[in-house]
Amino acid sequence: MPELLVLIPFTAALLCFILKGVLRSLAALLGASLTFSASALLAADVYQNGAIRISLGGWDAPLGIGLSADGLSVIFLLLTAIVGLMVSIYCVPFFSGLHEQPLARHFWSLWMFLWGSLNSLFLVSDVFNAYVVLELVSISAAALAALSGTAASLRAALRYFLTAMAGSMAFLLGVGFIYAQAGTLDMFLVGSSGGDGPLMAMALGLMTVGLIMKSALFPFHFWLPPAHGEAKAPVSAILSALVMKGSFFLLLRIWFNVFQDSSLTVHAASVLGFLGLFAVIWGSYQAIIQSRLKLIIAYSSIGQMGYLFLLFPLVLTTVDAAWKIEAWTACVFQAVSHGLAKASLFLAAGNLIQASGTDNLRSMRNIAGSLPMTTFTLALAGISLMGLPPSGGFVAKWMLLQSILASGQWWLAAAPILGGLLTAGYIFKILSQAFVPGAEGACCKPVCFVMEKAALVLAIFSILIGFRAEEVIFLLTDRICAANPGGFWP
Amino acid sequence: MNLNFWLPILMLSSSLFTGLIIFFLKEEKVGLRTVLNLTGAVFKVVAVHYMAYRLLVLDQIHHVSFSMGLGFDFALRVDFLSLMFLALSSNLWLVTTLYAVGYLEGSPNRSRFFGFFSLCVTACTGIAMAGNLITFFIFYEFLTLATYPLVVHRQTREALEAGRIYLWYTILGGTLVFVGVVWLQVLAGPLDFIDTGALQSLGTESHFSLCTIFLILIMGLGVKAALVPLHGWLPVAMVAPAPVSALLHAVAVVKAGAFGIVRVVFDVFGRDFAGSLGLLGPLAAAASITIIFGSIRALSQTDLKKRLAYSTVSQVSYITLGAAVIAPFSTVGAIVHLVHQGIMKVTLFFCAGNFAETLGVHNIHQLKGVARRMPLTALLFTLAAFGMIGVPPMAGFVSKWYLGLGSVDAGSSWILGVLVASSLLNSAYFLPIIHAMWFEKPVQQWKTLRQGLLEAPWMLLVPPVFTAGAALFAGLVAAWQWSPLGLARQIATGMGIYP
Repeated sequence: MPELLVLIPFTAALLCFILKGVLRSLAALLGASLTFSASALLAADVYQNGAIRISLGGWDAPLGIGLSADGLSVIFLLLTAIVGLMVSIYCVPFFSGLHEQPLARHFWSLWMFLWGSLNSLFLVSDVFNAYVVLELVSISAAALAALSGTAASLRAALRYFLTAMAGSMAFLLGVGFIYAQAGTLDMFLVGSSGGDGPLMAMALGLMTVGLIMKSALFPFHFWLPPAHGEAKAPVSAILSALVMKGSFFLLLRIWFNVFQDSSLTVHAASVLGFLGLFAVIWGSYQAIIQSRLKLIIAYSSIGQMGYLFLLFPLVLTTVDAAWKIEAWTACVFQAVSHGLAKASLFLAAGNLIQASGTDNLRSMRNIAGSLPMTTFTLALAGISLMGLPPSGGFVAKWMLLQSILASGQWWLAAAPILGGLLTAGYIFKILSQAFVPGAEGACCKPVCFVMEKAALVLAIFSILIGFRAEEVIFLLTDRICAANPGGFWP
Repeated sequence: MNLNFWLPILMLSSSLFTGLIIFFLKEEKVGLRTVLNLTGAVFKVVAVHYMAYRLLVLDQIHHVSFSMGLGFDFALRVDFLSLMFLALSSNLWLVTTLYAVGYLEGSPNRSRFFGFFSLCVTACTGIAMAGNLITFFIFYEFLTLATYPLVVHRQTREALEAGRIYLWYTILGGTLVFVGVVWLQVLAGPLDFIDTGALQSLGTESHFSLCTIFLILIMGLGVKAALVPLHGWLPVAMVAPAPVSALLHAVAVVKAGAFGIVRVVFDVFGRDFAGSLGLLGPLAAAASITIIFGSIRALSQTDLKKRLAYSTVSQVSYITLGAAVIAPFSTVGAIVHLVHQGIMKVTLFFCAGNFAETLGVHNIHQLKGVARRMPLTALLFTLAAFGMIGVPPMAGFVSKWYLGLGSVDAGSSWILGVLVASSLLNSAYFLPIIHAMWFEKPVQQWKTLRQGLLEAPWMLLVPPVFTAGAALFAGLVAAWQWSPLGLARQIATGMGIYP
């Protein structure tokens, strides 16, 4: 099953490149739904039977390439599958528009390619392959960001690409150090072979820096707002909901699987935590002062990604295992609910652009009347981002604040509290526009039914996931690396 | 079918689904919308009374709980206190819906209005039935979100500004409640309202944290309960249409805050334990300041609705005051005032809405001689205002009597002073209005904006008649076992603090 998750999207990417017109859309949709089903089946399998590890071609580690799926990878695979399917459905009408039609061929093949690379990233089990798929993800993501071809988007995409490349280089250097020290590249073998010392610390540092550059952690966030703000709406949704999560996922793998407890320093974790805290405040503040919808959503990503990095100080300095699990679950939950909500917001922004031609906040006046479904989508996704009950964001904030209070690191509590208030600030800045009476006849072109519904489904998912916390917690605690040698739960 | 499980669910869904369906109705489907609204409201009233019968006579416990997988349950549990708030909100929802249908006739965006209106009542129902602080918090935040569109309903610049202020106050308050709830759970684990006294066993080392949590919770809830200095949103929010001011800002939202304070004091901390931590003295002081301050500010308002708003600030704090005094009579007074203040204040707002809607009168100076033009409305206003002042036999007298008795019992006679001063101030801002309405000559020709069979359309007259009657009735039959006072006594007896 895991190999299918890589195979299907790559095949679909090829088909999309060759085929034309309706056939291309059909191939893309077929690929998307097959990948979705495969992800769901794999998730069910892991949920029931525990973590899986397979060796491609029958070659065991350290010789062959292995794919491993545990609770953590399954959660990210499912996130990718849901967002991916909805974005694909959204894109069929989106890329049949007059202006977008010429872009369809490149979009579909790049997107399927990206989906396959993301899936392999979530299944990867050795550090060198991690580097390879990370590169694949970055290249296809940067190409997608450049898709619209305007000068601004090209500049933004180039900046994104260069940052991502620098990050990859740092990561590769780290891989080299690991190999020099441990003599193996398999994540779980490196973990158990121990190996402590300056080389390993260096490797950890390089890999961490490389990955936080790609995850746009403050102060490496500079590339994100233009790249996400200028791209086409569905591309922005993919970039912020999935691509950023990919590098964060790898960071989790590196910190908690590759490096054993002993070599992880509390200080480095605290630094990450502080950067996360700054990111939450800075990103959310920047979001408030923007006047374009897509830029607000893009800056909001910086803030929302910041929460994830609170995980490191919380897990590494808390003694009580129960609270460690709480912090760990909180951040993964935040990653998932942010992914769903953010994708939905970007898709809704795309609808708005389709209807009024611009994403300036002024164009949103009185959309409660003209685009009720899109307004409703924005509101639902906003509730989840703000962390109001009952939503995925609420569950994440709840657990996060609880583990912060339990670990006694009071200063970190500023993130969920202040961050929540600032988030409310920019969400209501968006929503209150819906109630401002607009000029007569200013709006609007009709928006395709499917596009409105795709965004709505994602928003509803971001709320509903708040009711199914139990399963996620189970996957994150009882299905972590149990069958993998050397794997340890944080 | 297990009614103990389904009845609370039905209570919630009767307004939730009504609201959701109404959102999708076309603007011009007035008839269908009205039928839906009234069906939902009547259904809820019937359900509440049936539930009351089952709880009070058959002694059935209504209990629903789902695991959220986070160390807490989503729990609904109906006790006497819930029942009281439920009865208040569902009955008033019915009359206010009728009023709103008449009030908003012909104005735009009614589907949106009634949709959110139903969602608000759903939130209130949830707040009433919440079985623990977390469930309470979920509905408390839901209430914030559902009321915002109603405040900005008119879409004027003023309304949007009021909405912004309202939102900031309530979001800040909500965040404080969130922190308090999480902290309490970290400290003491999940607490249902029925395990009062669990905090007592925590040991003295956590007393400082408990005091801080209490402070945070009261500050958060105090925003909605309009405790000074957190009351700023309430007068501003008066730009909303009259039914919104009536039901939400006089009853639902401020009551949600006051009800939360009552829950925290009685069911989370326990009144005696909170007293032994020294928390109730400051709370009583804050409530007293609010009572006096609100009344003084009301004196200087010339806009009728603004004056009523400041009067709400003052009157709602009677509940907090009663909860903060350790005496059986005060507890009863606090609980019964929850209902009494609601029916009296809603009458006042209905009347103010009638003056504004039929005559275009908003200002107190324009009210001179209005009794000649609208005698019934003026009479109802007068009755309710007398109730607010505390003239027997109106309901307001009963609450003040009990609060006064309690403060003497507890040996804090300064509270008696606060009550007397407040009654004097109430007279000072209500009597001039009443005098002007009945005994002065009109200063201008009355405009007639809305025609009706009587002085106003019947849909605007029936609701205040009903609520004013209820306020009179609650005072007259106070000694009856099932009157609000009788119920409040039973609640206090159930808590073991009333003989």
